[in-house]
Amino acid sequence: MSIKYTPDHEWVDTTDGIATVGITVHAQDALGDVVFVDLPDVGKSFAAKEVAGVVESVKAAADVYAPVSGEIVEVNEALRADPSLANSDPLKSGWFFKVKLSNPSELDGLMDTTAYDELVKNS
Amino acid sequence: MSADLNKTPLHALHIELGAKMVPFAGYDMPVQYPAGVMAEHKHTRTQAGLFDVSHMGQVLLVGDDAAAALETLVPVDIVDLGLFKQRYALFTADDGGILDDLMVARRTDGLFVVVNAGCRDQDIAHMRKHLSGRCEVRPLPDQALLALQGPQAVTALSRLNADVAKLVFMTGGFFELDGIPTFVTRSGYTGEDGYEISVAADRSVELARKLLAQPEVMPIGLGARDSLRLEAGLCLYGHDIDTTTTPVEASLTWAIQKVRRAGGARAGGYPGAAVIDRQFAEGAARKRVGLVSPERMPVREGAKLVNADGVEIGVVTSGTLGPTVGKPVALAYVQTPYATLGTGLFAEVRGKRTPMTVSSTPFTPNGYFRG
Repeated sequence: MSIKYTPDHEWVDTTDGIATVGITVHAQDALGDVVFVDLPDVGKSFAAKEVAGVVESVKAAADVYAPVSGEIVEVNEALRADPSLANSDPLKSGWFFKVKLSNPSELDGLMDTTAYDELVKNS
Repeated sequence: MSADLNKTPLHALHIELGAKMVPFAGYDMPVQYPAGVMAEHKHTRTQAGLFDVSHMGQVLLVGDDAAAALETLVPVDIVDLGLFKQRYALFTADDGGILDDLMVARRTDGLFVVVNAGCRDQDIAHMRKHLSGRCEVRPLPDQALLALQGPQAVTALSRLNADVAKLVFMTGGFFELDGIPTFVTRSGYTGEDGYEISVAADRSVELARKLLAQPEVMPIGLGARDSLRLEAGLCLYGHDIDTTTTPVEASLTWAIQKVRRAGGARAGGYPGAAVIDRQFAEGAARKRVGLVSPERMPVREGAKLVNADGVEIGVVTSGTLGPTVGKPVALAYVQTPYATLGTGLFAEVRGKRTPMTVSSTPFTPNGYFRG
């Protein structure tokens, strides 16, 4: 399954109906040094585009949205303990949370890599 | 960037250094360089950082009566300010509110005043309106202003002129820095030892490059400037102080010397003196305090403060995670009964309560060089 992106600069990597969500390289670069993340509670359900968490740098706080609807099945405790993972390894160990998709067709509305790269280039 | 933003004389250098530029007080300014806010902050606390603060307003008040005249606008002892001494001051309003904060240094050619960029035009108009006839109000738009801050600032700047090491905190003088004429003060806005350097705009890039060539020095953006001043407990005008806060409420009474307070030889005589003297005598209903949180969540400007019963008792005016402190730090106004050091209260952030403790400022020890 390929990685998808949201206009809010999050990435979504789906395997067997579970979507892993994080922020993009562009997002962490725009934020600067991440010093705090607020992660959702496991078991809580979100509709797509609902605020599910917060990521904060020295400069600013930004909401993290649920890119797809579903239930939170896991959050990244390593990121909570060391928020700088969002900067150093945003696409791998810096993931935020995993969502069990309640409506997998929502993935079709997200961007592929080409479309997201285009968005970043024009932003 | 928007075409109507002003540029400082160092604008092209910021771009060359890879700065991320943002609009600030009408200027296109570097918020950070490639190193990032955290690294820039820590570098300034351990080495030396170079800041372009040319957006700030520099003004010379010329004439024998300038000090007495300026005292009609600030609750500060300017008359007794010695040659090449510098002092923090506040323009007050008739209701005791703060119109701006500023630095005043007495030079051989007049009183050298540095005001905030966002208030510059109104400050100049204010001074012209009230001081004209007693002294000349001469803006210095062709001067750039650099700040070199950090424990290694003295080492770096001394290589350009060894005599700058003799200055102590809040003093200044005219110095040639490797042949470039400047006016240097040993002061700043980071809580560290360091210097502010007024230099002709057309020599400022040359000077900045000489400073950046020193091994201790890296360029620092406005992002780290804000976190550094916050950890140092220094107010940011428009956030921690403004027209709705008085110097007493803002815990800036140290800036008002006894000679200007009720019973002093030159008591009052500035806008809002009656309000401020009354607050000196009776206290104010609210006070600016420092807050530290034992938890990780940063508490930012606008966060509501509540007591253990959930009753609103104040508001945060600046806050972030202090990169040196390693904890959330904030400046806030609280009802005076809650202003005692060690008082526990709560900040409301996104519907959650996080504990905070009223703490002394600075949050990190000052590095000022007092000789």
